[in-house]
Amino acid sequence: MIAVALWSVAALLALAPAGVVLSTRPRGSIILYGGCLVATSTLCVTALSDLLYFPHLTPSATLPIGLPWLGAHFRLDALSAFFLVVVNLGGAAASLFALGYGQHEESPGRVLPFYPAYLAGMNTVVLANDAFSFLVAWEFMSLTSWALVVSHHREAENVRAGYVYLLMASFGTLTLLLAFGLLASGAGYDFDAIRASHPSAALAGMVMILALLGAGSKAGLVPLHAWLPLAHPAAPSHVSGLMSGVMTKVAVYGFVRIVFDLLPEPVWWWSVVVLLVGGPTATLGVLYALMQRDIKRLLAYSTIENIGIIFTGLGLALAFKAQGLDWVAALAFTAALLHVFNHALFKSLLFFGAGAVLEVTGERDMEKLGGLIHRMPKTAFAMLVGCVAISALPPFNGFVSEWLTFQAILLSPQLPNWGLKLIIPAFGGLLALAAAFAAACFVELYGISFLGRPRSDLAASAHETDRFSLAAMFALAALCLVAGILPGLFIDALAPVSKAMVGNVMPHQTGLEWMTIVPIAESRSSYNGLLVFLFSALSGMAAASAIHRLASDRLRRAPAWDCGYPDPNPAIQYSASSFSQPIRRVFGSVIFAAHESGEMPPPLSPAPARLTVDMRDLIWDALYAPIAKVIGVVTERVNMLQFLTIRRYLTLVFAALIVLLLVVAL
Amino acid sequence: MSSLQFDIAHLLAGSLVLASFLMLYQDRLYALLNVYALHAGVLALSVAWQAYVQDAPHLYVTALIALVFKAIIIPVALHRIIRQLGIHREIENVIGVGLTMMAGIGLVALSMVVMLRVTPGADALAREDLAFALSVVLLGLLIMVTRRNAVSQVVGFMSLENGLVLAATGAKGMPLVVEISVAFSVLIAFIVIGIFLFRIRERFDSVDVQALDRFRGERR
Repeated sequence: MIAVALWSVAALLALAPAGVVLSTRPRGSIILYGGCLVATSTLCVTALSDLLYFPHLTPSATLPIGLPWLGAHFRLDALSAFFLVVVNLGGAAASLFALGYGQHEESPGRVLPFYPAYLAGMNTVVLANDAFSFLVAWEFMSLTSWALVVSHHREAENVRAGYVYLLMASFGTLTLLLAFGLLASGAGYDFDAIRASHPSAALAGMVMILALLGAGSKAGLVPLHAWLPLAHPAAPSHVSGLMSGVMTKVAVYGFVRIVFDLLPEPVWWWSVVVLLVGGPTATLGVLYALMQRDIKRLLAYSTIENIGIIFTGLGLALAFKAQGLDWVAALAFTAALLHVFNHALFKSLLFFGAGAVLEVTGERDMEKLGGLIHRMPKTAFAMLVGCVAISALPPFNGFVSEWLTFQAILLSPQLPNWGLKLIIPAFGGLLALAAAFAAACFVELYGISFLGRPRSDLAASAHETDRFSLAAMFALAALCLVAGILPGLFIDALAPVSKAMVGNVMPHQTGLEWMTIVPIAESRSSYNGLLVFLFSALSGMAAASAIHRLASDRLRRAPAWDCGYPDPNPAIQYSASSFSQPIRRVFGSVIFAAHESGEMPPPLSPAPARLTVDMRDLIWDALYAPIAKVIGVVTERVNMLQFLTIRRYLTLVFAALIVLLLVVAL
Repeated sequence: MSSLQFDIAHLLAGSLVLASFLMLYQDRLYALLNVYALHAGVLALSVAWQAYVQDAPHLYVTALIALVFKAIIIPVALHRIIRQLGIHREIENVIGVGLTMMAGIGLVALSMVVMLRVTPGADALAREDLAFALSVVLLGLLIMVTRRNAVSQVVGFMSLENGLVLAATGAKGMPLVVEISVAFSVLIAFIVIGIFLFRIRERFDSVDVQALDRFRGERR
């Protein structure tokens, strides 16, 4: 089992140097992405069969690389297997998509070598079973994804994105290094030894905070999210899909591995910290997303929202577990993991769709798109599925995981701790707000880019994308539907993970009639995706056939409703900014310090009227800008040390030596 | 170990520190080189005595290397360099002699305190040897810091290395290959520095490192 997994990772690593050679060949990208597809599919099938059929075996392997006295430990337990499925499902879909999409890459030499290495890095993080291998793989994953982010480095924006990303990635690795350093102080670097050790409560709390900072900076938790909407859109679209859909999940894995597995029983305040970060992340992320005009950036901000939902679920699991209600903890934990899986599916799908649009129109700005549903109907259909799924509408998968999270929130009155009992419903409110905004956000995305009339010539001359890209998108869309109508299968597959991490499982779901899922008890609440799907599909078909039968079945094309204006310019259609204006007026003035200024020309002047909206990222202004300034000032001072004379350097070394000796002597 | 053997080892190591002080005091280049040759000679004697005391024949090789390379070849080569560069009349001092000597005494005291404190378990000879070796290393650094002529900085570096060899022989069981590689690395360093000296001289008509600083537009 683990041997197959490790060999596949090794194959991915071997493909990386091959990518250098292949990038010069005309069909090189097909060979490389085909190889990645085979390797990730192998890994995915291996992990899936491990999760479904041998969840209680934990095969492990030790390779003689890395630290000489430690070696590199790898282990495939249920948690690793689940995240391997997520990583490699996303990886396989991205590789399939790139079989078509990657052929249009202008500089394949900057993408092909790093892509398989990046996949290998993510897989190694999930398989690692000692802190050293984990951190090396983590950093390897960060660096290869950084190389992919700056692959189109001619654009100044991408270079800045790469710079900010590199800084934040280093910060994240540093905090994880400190976390493992604290954990290893009593045990050593092997995860098995860390599990067996008993760190004190204060130390465990510190490790939890550090893990939240480290994993959160990679996952994009507010306020550590600043790099994410810059870096994710900058990469080629299939890599954007991987970064948003999969790498953030690897970060979630890091957090779960440390907090739920390596640390001892949680304390109740841990959950408060996680919830305080997760809830606002969900709401702020989607508010930011609503304000965007760039499709890929909107999707990146929406990733932040979904990470917020996942971390809220994890925070709930910590709260219930710390209070001894581990059957509710199992519910919250399963909901979080299910959302991990679901978000990987639909976020990859949406980024692929955005990539297809970008490829045929060259535009990421929604306000230059429009009417694509006529020109790329298949892409539009797949995107519609993705948008409905991410807006958490039944019968798709997004609804199931968010609904389960809310079920856990509704059980908070059972908590004995009064503080938790009072604040958890507030986070329920935040999540509900985020879910509503998410729906608005994706109505905006779909309505502005795919409906209406084209706002530019490029959008008007768009055509359908290639069949590999479509195959990847339709596969993901089909999975979104399957996970939405048969959630019981997925919940049961997660049972061993939940058993290992929180010590309890949700009730067994498969076998209930009509594929209903029952999170707690039949009398309390239940959901049946299959029936919702059948009902909506049947009633939709019935309505359509009734309209065709009773009214007219002739297809008739007429000009779009023009609001009474004669032959309006497509630019006066509803735009992304106008769609989000009401929400911006309500929330923007506080959260983004937004203010609008109108400029009206005097009467009879032919000059255009202007409306400018000024928005600021307050978190950037309040947190990042001062830090950057302090660092700038300090480096300016320290920079003088670069230009000393030889004798002064010698004197400095000498003085340092003397001071150290004095410390020893006194 | 008899007390006579101990005393002689002590005497030789102490003489090495004394020679370092002599180097610290010299402000003429030829004199500095002569004292350096003496320094290396004392080191060779000390190592040879250690070889006899510890009954470790390979240390004789180290002593021979010290004698041939450091006491003969390097000083002679530096003599030639100084003659070719025409700087044998130069006098240099950055800090006054008195102050330098005071600092040197302070360093010796410091190394005694440090070494005697951190090695209570070792045998007496190794402790004394290590303390003296650390003094020689620190004094070598002090020479490098207080000189501004490149040649005397090289000499300071070489005397520092002598201190390292003394420390290495004091500790029993140091393999020969390590000492040979150290000796070689010093030789290479010497060759490289020698070449650089000529290059510096070619360009700036001086081996005063201040010329380099002026070239980079720095103030002192």
